[in-house]
Amino acid sequence: MSAHSHAHDDHHGDGASHGTFKSYLIGFILSVILTAIPFWLVMDSVLDSKVATALWIMGLGVVQIVVHMVYFLHMNTKSEGGWNMLALIFTIVIVAIAIAGSLWVMYHLNTNMMPQMDHEMIKSFG
Amino acid sequence: MTMANNTASQTEAPVFYLKEEHHPETGTMLGFWIYLMSDCLIFAILFATHGVLGRNYAAGPSPADLFDLKLVAINTSMLLFSSITYGFAMLQMEKGKIAGTQLWLAITGLFGIAFVGLELYEFHHLWHIGATPMRSGFLSAFYTLVATHGLHVTFGIIWLVTLMVQVSKRGLIPENKRRLMCLSMFWHFLDVVWIGVFSVVYLLGVLG
Amino acid sequence: MFSNPDLLHFIFGRLSIDSIPMFHEPIVAVTFAAVVLGGLVVMGALTYFRLWGYLWNEWVTSIDHKKIGIMYIILAIVMLLRGFADALMMRAQQAVAFGDVAGYLPPDHYDQIFTAHGVIMIFFVAMPLVTGLMNFVVPLQIGARDVAFPFLNNFSFWMTTCGAVLIMVSLFVGEFAKTGWLAYPPLSDIVYSPGVGVDYYIWALQIAGVGTLLSGVNLIVTIVKMRAPGMSMMKMPVFTWTSLCTNILIVAAFPVLTAVLVLLGLDRYAGTNFFTNDLGGNAMMYINLIWIWGHPEVYILILPAFGVFSEVVSTFCRKRLFGYNSMVYATVVITILSYIVWLHHFFTMGSGASVNAFFGITTMIISIPTGAKVFNWLFTMYKGRISFDVPMLWTIGFMLTFVIGGMTGVMLAVPPADFVLHNSLFLIAHFHNVIIGGVVFGMFAGIVYWFPKAFGFKLDEFWGKMSFWLWTIGFYFAFMPLYVLGLMGVTRRMSHFDDPSLQIWFVIAAFGAVLIAGGIGSFIMSIVVAVIKRDKLRDETGDPWGGRTLEWSTSSPPPAYNFAFTPVIHELDAWADMKKRGYVRPTSGFIDIHMPKNTGAGFILAAISLVLGFALVWHIWWLVAVSFILLVGGAIAHTFNYDRDYHIPASEVVATEDERTALLAKQQA
Repeated sequence: MSAHSHAHDDHHGDGASHGTFKSYLIGFILSVILTAIPFWLVMDSVLDSKVATALWIMGLGVVQIVVHMVYFLHMNTKSEGGWNMLALIFTIVIVAIAIAGSLWVMYHLNTNMMPQMDHEMIKSFG
Repeated sequence: MTMANNTASQTEAPVFYLKEEHHPETGTMLGFWIYLMSDCLIFAILFATHGVLGRNYAAGPSPADLFDLKLVAINTSMLLFSSITYGFAMLQMEKGKIAGTQLWLAITGLFGIAFVGLELYEFHHLWHIGATPMRSGFLSAFYTLVATHGLHVTFGIIWLVTLMVQVSKRGLIPENKRRLMCLSMFWHFLDVVWIGVFSVVYLLGVLG
Repeated sequence: MFSNPDLLHFIFGRLSIDSIPMFHEPIVAVTFAAVVLGGLVVMGALTYFRLWGYLWNEWVTSIDHKKIGIMYIILAIVMLLRGFADALMMRAQQAVAFGDVAGYLPPDHYDQIFTAHGVIMIFFVAMPLVTGLMNFVVPLQIGARDVAFPFLNNFSFWMTTCGAVLIMVSLFVGEFAKTGWLAYPPLSDIVYSPGVGVDYYIWALQIAGVGTLLSGVNLIVTIVKMRAPGMSMMKMPVFTWTSLCTNILIVAAFPVLTAVLVLLGLDRYAGTNFFTNDLGGNAMMYINLIWIWGHPEVYILILPAFGVFSEVVSTFCRKRLFGYNSMVYATVVITILSYIVWLHHFFTMGSGASVNAFFGITTMIISIPTGAKVFNWLFTMYKGRISFDVPMLWTIGFMLTFVIGGMTGVMLAVPPADFVLHNSLFLIAHFHNVIIGGVVFGMFAGIVYWFPKAFGFKLDEFWGKMSFWLWTIGFYFAFMPLYVLGLMGVTRRMSHFDDPSLQIWFVIAAFGAVLIAGGIGSFIMSIVVAVIKRDKLRDETGDPWGGRTLEWSTSSPPPAYNFAFTPVIHELDAWADMKKRGYVRPTSGFIDIHMPKNTGAGFILAAISLVLGFALVWHIWWLVAVSFILLVGGAIAHTFNYDRDYHIPASEVVATEDERTALLAKQQA
């Protein structure tokens, strides 16, 4: 019955999906392109705006991370019954909270507690 | 089924145990992935520290004064090459070819050594011009983040050599295949971290 | 003294004969004498009864999750005695040191004591209790033979133990940190704490942290991968659910602690500037980062206690747990929310109104799922046939006490109130209120509840009840005065006060501590008396409380393989379902059972880590190098051992199971 089939079919379930020559090659080419563009943007000062360059770097970095996840780490929603993906999403959330939260908290701290940076605050005390 | 056929009022007798040995799926790959996720958090904290302290130059050198992006680009390519060569090793492993697996593993290891070597060269150079980790909050954060990644790669190389010995002794038995797949995840995970490092530390740093 | 100081320094690093405080501190000398004497007695007994081999083969090298769980709890109880001795010393000092009376503890000793008390109670009492209980119970509750990585489990235990040993070593060799349990810089930086105390702190926590992290990974994989067929996620017992969430928190929080302590260590050892006062360091970053670990840690401790209470309430009210689904969702919500409240530990740092408001609100929101849980337990009790056994007493005591602690917590979550109460004894009262009323009561409930499963006989009821009443009354005597003092503005970590009008409150608190000492003594008595009267208290059914979950379906103590046949699950409360629908225990058809082999590798690797930690504390660099190489080499050598499992032959299973069949038949007759 259902219990029995469970016992049998899990032997070959290593859970990991594997790449092919083609998928590794696609991943490699994509990541070379995605690495080359940001280096080019900075080394040749292509864009006038620093903010735009920074956004491009971050954006391309995220895309490249996704490429590596898909083509090299073989991430998908099915491996290990979805637990790999769940663990990854949870980790991304925690990482985002820890990094964004630290930057937010420490930025506010610096603005508030370093009054020489904030003339309004000095005035308000005076 | 032998039990539960007397008092049960249900129409079908429930099965309360398996009569043959139950083999749960091996959890090694999932366990290793979860370990990697925890490692990811160590890097997250180092990135956060770099984000907060990264501009505290303490009147010392800034990234634009220090970093040679050409060297970083070469270093990045070493890791990218090692990624695809590890992929080829995995493809050979799938086909059960020991010699091919070992060859691609060795090439991967050489790329890894080149990466670590270039990083050490960079550190040596920076140290030489006075940009030591003790110089400023920025440099403390920079060295720690990059060196932690470098240490991971170093351990990856030690592990890779160990696995090559084990494959040569016992061949591509299921245990060794599982270990090679774990190292594969580890290796590609370090790539992903490196994307963050070159984007945030080097490129955004030089950008100012 | 000797010829060459350079050579001595090379060999011993910072360690010298003056590092051993027992030559100039009578309190330490007496403690040391007692420990040596106790140790000699234990070793003599082990030798006399020829138990060394048994200890090594059956316990030290064991990869059986049940034995490892029991060892974790023994470790926790031993460390509880140490941590509580610290508490008594603090209470005694504060009860007498007023005005001209300096008390019997010099400030630098007092500072070490409150630091050690906090570190030991959280890392080496609460954590091992939680991990030990999860280790013992979870595989049994999900119908598994062991955890997913049995060797790692043994290694994790010994790493935790070696961390505890390193802290104990600091009592007799050198000193411990004087910085408070979280070692905030700049005080913990090398400039202000040049001694070895903070280094002991760092390395003890790093060594134990490896164990905690690995055991977290291990139990997650165990729960995800090894549940018996039919046990879907929403059919898992609540304790297993809370264990899953706890271990997720461990895996997602302890790396943060590791990273922060590495940065602090680099500041101390390499002279970097992460948390220093100059050259671009920022001490507040440490406080920010360590609480990103620290707040989830609180939930790591309390969630398993919630799980225990859920099991106990439904068992002793003879009812299904009220609101199973909401209990699970509340647990998951708490897991996520615990990551976005950390700033409430440092509202006063000065991040401003918007930041404080955000974290204040998230903190208050956490009380909603927690409140939902309390109502679920109350509704489970409503119209239940409650039997007031000791685990149930702990549960009721918890519900009353914990709600008070929760309310003072919500008060502290209001930033303006926190500006007044921060760092005061009100805070001390609050977190002892939730940790004692929640975690400690929960772990005692769990130990009394599962003790008969582990050993085959119940704990003594009289001493159990004594322990409950002394603990509960003692808790109120010890901590209610601290609320009062905190509201008056008395700050924490003081070894001496000038205002004599405060003294009476500290005397009351000291009296409470004495009552709690009686509670701990009674708890130990309940074990001792139970061992003596074990034949009277024996349970041969394997199900002494009328339990509802799978662990009660096997014998007490369970055989090494837990279940002769892997159970198949149809309903939540699987064992209650099996009993209701006429499960008949199988008595034939046994087969070989595949089990992992014992190994000494975990113990050896952890022992090398201990040496490494000691060498790092004392700057004995040659020993650092040697032990590090041994550690890496040993770990690699261990991976060359492919021979890791064996089969328990069917004949042995038959013998074990037949014995139980006979016992059960005798009982029914």
